[in-house]
Amino acid sequence: MNSAPATPTNPLALIAELTHRCPLHCVYCSNPLELQSRASELDTPTWSRVFQEAADLGVLQADFTGGEPLARTDILDLLRTARAAGLYINLITSGLPLDEAKLDALLAAGLDHFQLSFQGAREETAAEISNTKSHAQKLRVLEWLKSRRVAVTLNFVIHRHNLDQLAEMLAIAESSSATRVEFAHVQYYGWAFANRERLLPTRQQLANSIEFFKRAQERLAGKIRIEYVVPDYYAKYPKPCMGGWGRKLMLITPTGEALPCHAAKIIPGLHFENVKDRSLREIWTVSDSFQKFRGEAWMQEPCKSCERRELDFGGCRCQALLLAGDASATDPVCSLAPTRAKVDIILEAANQPSAPASLTTPAWRYRPNPT
Amino acid sequence: MPERALRLNGPSLEIVERCDGKHTVQQIISELQQLYAKAEPKKVETDILGYLTLLHEQRALDFA
Repeated sequence: MNSAPATPTNPLALIAELTHRCPLHCVYCSNPLELQSRASELDTPTWSRVFQEAADLGVLQADFTGGEPLARTDILDLLRTARAAGLYINLITSGLPLDEAKLDALLAAGLDHFQLSFQGAREETAAEISNTKSHAQKLRVLEWLKSRRVAVTLNFVIHRHNLDQLAEMLAIAESSSATRVEFAHVQYYGWAFANRERLLPTRQQLANSIEFFKRAQERLAGKIRIEYVVPDYYAKYPKPCMGGWGRKLMLITPTGEALPCHAAKIIPGLHFENVKDRSLREIWTVSDSFQKFRGEAWMQEPCKSCERRELDFGGCRCQALLLAGDASATDPVCSLAPTRAKVDIILEAANQPSAPASLTTPAWRYRPNPT
Repeated sequence: MPERALRLNGPSLEIVERCDGKHTVQQIISELQQLYAKAEPKKVETDILGYLTLLHEQRALDFA
């Protein structure tokens, strides 16, 4: 462990990937290609200690995610201990393993916020994307939520194959009790990277969607907060990924590895500490992996002298690795990046008139379930 | 709030602490006017209403 180049501020949120098990097999899952097994998952007492250490470190919120977090049989215990540590708990779920009694138990255990994911506005789209029959159950969950007192966010992951359903998606949101809706264009890591050619929207689709969200935001102001995430391949400047490496967020994998982001394990040469061996504070403040891309010392040109370097922190390290082959490079989606041409070639292919025909062949790579 | 946090200090904390489902807006205004007795009461009221409207637009709170 090196000494700190800069004293980090405290993390605001802990992303708790409680398990990689999931009833869905989404083609854009943000889990790594190498999924962690049930047998290797952290036990209840270890997670409980992690929640307490997180709260002591200044963390305010925990996102219970996965996989499907409800696949953990100890979910109520985890919820109670995290709540007792003083954390605000957001459950990010497919809603599949849920019935009304289970929902009531979660709320009684102190759940603050419920986030339900959607794969589309129609059963057939959701089935194609998740390789599971799931849509009708999600609509049932929305009905149950209406009569209960909990904050609700709906999350629609959008891409080439469901961008024609935005109005129907918004109608689902408007008929629910949700006060917040996320429309998140797929980001290309993990399984989404493997299925990228079939997921990337066209330039026209993207422009239409942005226009749609702007109008929806105006119309629903004060009723539903609409947030949308653009596909950064089309952006002029990169996203400030995770709010900067080791600046705001800490992710714990099912087996207890502490990562600065969902995809960080693809970066070669980085060793990630496990919460079984080290305290969260030690990992956050001095571990090599969290120090690696903190601050500006690691930056290359054009980032190093760029006036935007404190706005986007050079973009995403994982994307730099995936597209430029160098995790320290400027994020190739940046218009100033020397490797931007690589992204433009990908976009050109996605915008070819011939592209849709080649997409009709069933070539999805579905995310399997870990053992 | 999911994926966000409010940084509260001084008056904003005094206001949010009173958003407990029991205080009425008028009660919050009265209490803060007493707390900040040196400030112009009308200004206190305008600021509170503006702040509550902002939080409502952000969907951080609802009016019963």
